Amino acid sequence: MLTKSEEIYLLKKLGRQPNLLEIDMIDAEWSEHCSYKSSRKYVRSLPSSGKRVIVGPGYDAGVLDIGDDDVITVHIESHNHPSAVEPYGGAATGVGGVIRDIISMGTRPVALLDALRFSSLENVNEVSKSKWLFRNVVKGIADYGNCIGIPTVGGDIEFDNSFKDYCLVDVAAIGLGKKDQIISNHAEEGDLIVLAGNPTGKDGIRGASFASKSLDDDENRSAVQIPDPFLEKLLIEATIEATKRNCINATKDLGGGGLSCCLSELSHLVEKGFEVDLSAVHTKLPDITPNEIMISESQERMMYIIDKSKMSIFSEIFTKYGITYSIIGKVRGQDNLKILYDGNPLASLSCNLMVNAPLAKWKSKRPNYLDKLRTKIRLEKIRNYNDVLSRLLANPNIGNKDWVYQQYDHEVGLRTVVKPGANASVIRVNDNKFVSIKLDGNSKHCYFDPYQGMLGCLSESCRNVVCTGAQPIGIIDHLQFGSPENPYIYWTFIKSIKAIIDFCKYNKIPVVGGKVSFYNETMNSPIKPSPVIGTIGLIKGQDHITKNIPNVGNKLFILGQTREELGGSEYFELIDRAEYGRVPKVNLKTDKKNRSVILDLIENGLIDFVHDCSKGGIGTALAELAISGDLGINVDLKKIPNTCKRDDFLLFSETHSRFIIGSSNPDRIKRFMKNRKCSFSEIGETDSSMTLNIHNSGKEVINSSIMELAHRYNTMNSTMDGI
Amino acid sequence: MRAGIVVFPGSNCDRDVHHVLNDVMGIKAQYVWHTEKSIDEYDALILPGGFSYGDRLRAGVIAAQSPIVETIKKKAQEGLPILGICNGFQILVEAGILPGALVKNVKLKFSCKWLKMEVLNVNTPFTNMYRLNDEITIPIAHGEGRFVISNDKIPELEQNNQIVFKYKDQNPNGSTEMIAAICNKEGNVMGLMPHPERASEPILSPNQTKSNAGLIFRSLKNFLSHIKN
Repeated sequence: MLTKSEEIYLLKKLGRQPNLLEIDMIDAEWSEHCSYKSSRKYVRSLPSSGKRVIVGPGYDAGVLDIGDDDVITVHIESHNHPSAVEPYGGAATGVGGVIRDIISMGTRPVALLDALRFSSLENVNEVSKSKWLFRNVVKGIADYGNCIGIPTVGGDIEFDNSFKDYCLVDVAAIGLGKKDQIISNHAEEGDLIVLAGNPTGKDGIRGASFASKSLDDDENRSAVQIPDPFLEKLLIEATIEATKRNCINATKDLGGGGLSCCLSELSHLVEKGFEVDLSAVHTKLPDITPNEIMISESQERMMYIIDKSKMSIFSEIFTKYGITYSIIGKVRGQDNLKILYDGNPLASLSCNLMVNAPLAKWKSKRPNYLDKLRTKIRLEKIRNYNDVLSRLLANPNIGNKDWVYQQYDHEVGLRTVVKPGANASVIRVNDNKFVSIKLDGNSKHCYFDPYQGMLGCLSESCRNVVCTGAQPIGIIDHLQFGSPENPYIYWTFIKSIKAIIDFCKYNKIPVVGGKVSFYNETMNSPIKPSPVIGTIGLIKGQDHITKNIPNVGNKLFILGQTREELGGSEYFELIDRAEYGRVPKVNLKTDKKNRSVILDLIENGLIDFVHDCSKGGIGTALAELAISGDLGINVDLKKIPNTCKRDDFLLFSETHSRFIIGSSNPDRIKRFMKNRKCSFSEIGETDSSMTLNIHNSGKEVINSSIMELAHRYNTMNSTMDGI
Repeated sequence: MRAGIVVFPGSNCDRDVHHVLNDVMGIKAQYVWHTEKSIDEYDALILPGGFSYGDRLRAGVIAAQSPIVETIKKKAQEGLPILGICNGFQILVEAGILPGALVKNVKLKFSCKWLKMEVLNVNTPFTNMYRLNDEITIPIAHGEGRFVISNDKIPELEQNNQIVFKYKDQNPNGSTEMIAAICNKEGNVMGLMPHPERASEPILSPNQTKSNAGLIFRSLKNFLSHIKN
C-alpha cells in the first residue's frame, strides 16, 4: 500500500486523481521489492565500473567481458517470503526468475548456485518446521533446475536460530554468450509488443507487495507463484533461437509486479511509450479482471519487442516449441504507458514517474546490543579437544552437504570441472578458459559487526575463488535485512554497504549485480543481517585449476596469521558463548597480498592443493583435508604464526586471509616465499596413518581417527535421510 | 557414418551428446527434431537424457507416444543401433522397445553422483571395445531410474545376455539385480541410466582421473566402421 506521502507525491506529479488500476500499478512498482526506495541511494554508490564490465548492475543481469568475444552474464535474486510459506514452489520459482534474467540478455544460462539459510535442524529424530522448509526448498530447487537442464554447481548453506520459522533462498545464475549477441534493448515506433509463455492467472497476485512487508501469518499463500520448469526450458530454447536469428529488439522477463512492472521498466529502458490492450493477453481463466492481469505474477512469461517484419520468424520459432504468445500492443510515442481493454482506455501513466519512486527516508542508529557483545567473560579450560572437534564437524554449518548437492544435477552441460562442496565451483567456458564462482555469507559475524562481518564475507568469497586458481573479476551482492523502518536495522544496512565500497575500491573489483531484500521478519523477530556475496573469478588455463584434495607425503604450510578472533564463531556457539568476543577483522592490505601470493604460487606450479580456512578455523580445515584425501595429517601448533593465548583459540579462531597449502616441493616453495614478508610457515605433513594428530611442543592436543571424523562430518546427510 | 540425436521438447542432454560425438569421438552427429518424418539417413540413433515433456505423468511416457517413436521402433527391428541414455532409456522402455520399467528411486529423491558399473555383455554395438567384467566410472543423475521387471523374466534376460551393465559396490536406486543397462534380444538397442557423455573427457571426471565410459561411443564408432567396409 502507498504511504500517505507517496500518495501526495503521486497526486502532485500526476495533476489528477489516479484511478484504481493506476494505483495498483504504482503500488506494485513502488513496492520496496521493485523500487529499491530504501536502498537506491546507497546501492548507487557501489563501485561498478571496470575494464571487463560491459553492463553493470541495474539491468536484468550484469555482463562481463572474459576475452575472445566471450561474455558471462551473472545475476542474483532471492525468493525469501514465498519460500517461507510455500518452500517448494517459492524456491522453484526463484530459480525460474533468475534464469529468465540471464536469457533476457541473449545469453545461455550455464550454471546455478544457491545460498540458503534456515533455523537449526535441532534434534536428529524430531520432525521440525526447519527440516520441512529445508527439505522442500532443496527439492524445489532440484526439481526446477534439473528439469531445465542447468546444473546447480554449488552454493552456501547456513543454519542459525534467527531464521526460526523463516528461510532465505538466494539463487545466482551464470550465463555464457558472445559479445555481439547481447540483446541491445532498443525499440522503434510501431514495433510489436509480444507476451509469451504461461497464460496469466490469479497466482502471485500482489507478490511484490507481499515481499515488501514483514511476514505475519500464513494467509498469504495466494501470493506465491506456481512453477512450470518444462515451459521455462522451452522459453530458454525459443529465446536463444530467436536471438540467434536476430528477431528480438528488446526483451524482459516478468517477475515481481508482473505485467505492470515489466511494461514500465521496459518502456523506460528503451525510452519509448507503449500502448497495450489487455484483452489480447492469453489468460488462464475468463473472469480475470484487467487489474489482476496487470499485477498477476504468473511465472514463465517473457515480454519481447519485435520489429513487424520479423514477426513471422518469431512466430515460426515459438510455434515450433509450442509456446503460446499474444501480440498485446505496440510501441507508440515517448514515455507514456497506455493501458486499454477492448480498445477502451483504462490507464495512462508516465514510465518515468512509475520507475522513479520517491526515496524513502529512514533514520539509522547504532544498535545497543553491540555494547553487550563486548563485555568480557571468563572461559573455562577445555579438557577434551577431540570431542570439541568432533562436535564442530557434526555441525551442519561445517559438515558435508552431499544430501543437498546430490539432489541437484550438477553435471549437465559438460562444464562442471570442480564439483559442489569444494572451495569454489569451476565451470568450463572452453578448454582454455574457466570461470570460478562461490557464494559466501556469515550472519553471525554480520550480527556482531556488520562492517567487519561484510568485509569478511567478501574476503572469504574471494579467497575461495582464488583457491581454485582464479583471479576475481566481479562481485555480486545480495543484501538481506529486516525492516528498514527500524533505525537499528537500517544502520546495519548502511554499514554493510560501506564495507562493500571499501573492499571493492581497494581491490578494484567491480560490483556487477545485486539485490536488496528488506522486511525479512517473522512474528518472532527480524533476521540477523544476512548479506550474501558471490565472487566470479577467471582461470587462465587448465594447468591453473587447483584442487583441495591432498595426497600422502605433502608438506603442509599455512599462509596468514591467526589472531584471537572468536566472536560469532562456530566454536563459541558450540560452548554456549555465542554472545561474546570480537569478530575477525579484515586487514585489506594483508588480505589482498595473501591472495596474490596464492595465485603466484599456483602460476609457478608450486602448490599441490590449497584450502581456505574459515568457519571452524584451522581445526576443522585440517580435518576436512584429511577426510577428503582419506589420509592422516600431523601438525605442530607451535609452528603456526599466531597471537592466541590458548590452544582452543588457535585451533578454532576464524581469522580471515588464511590458507592451508600442500606441496610436494617444500624446498622450492620455501625459497619462493623467502623474501615475500608474509606470515608463512611449514606446520606439518600428510601421512598414511589415517589419524588427525595435532600437538603442541610434543603435548597431544587432538588425536582422532579419520574414519570417526568422517562419520561425524556426515551427520547432516544421515539426519536428513533418516526421516 | 552419421548419427542422429533425437530431440524432444524438454530433452536437455542433446547438446552434450552432440559435443561428445562430434568434437571428442569424431562421429558426425546431427539433431533430429521429434517432428521430422524421415530418419533414413542415419546409421545410428541416440535418445539423449533430459525431461521430455517435463516428465509429466511418468518419465518418458509422453515422448513414447510421438510418431517418431513408431519410426524408431521399425528401425530397431531392422537392426539399426539405437542408444537410449537416462530419459532416452525411459522412453525406450515406455515404448516397449526395451523390456521392464523404470520407476522412482527407492529413496524417492533425485540422485546425482559418480559410481562404478561392471560390463556383462561385450557383444553389442556399444560395448565391443570392453572386456567382460571391466569396471567403468560414470555419473548417474536421475529421480526415476530404478529398473524393475518381474522375477520370472530375469532368467530370460540373463539367457539372452540382455543385462549389459550392472552397478557395482552400491545400488543407487534400488534396481532389480543392480541393473544399470539392458539391451533388446538382438543387442542392437541399448538403454542405460548413467551418462557416458559426462565421463568422456578427463577434465570432467572427479580429480580429472581417466574414465573409460567413452568406450561406449568408441565401440559404436568401431561397430559402424566395420559394417560400412
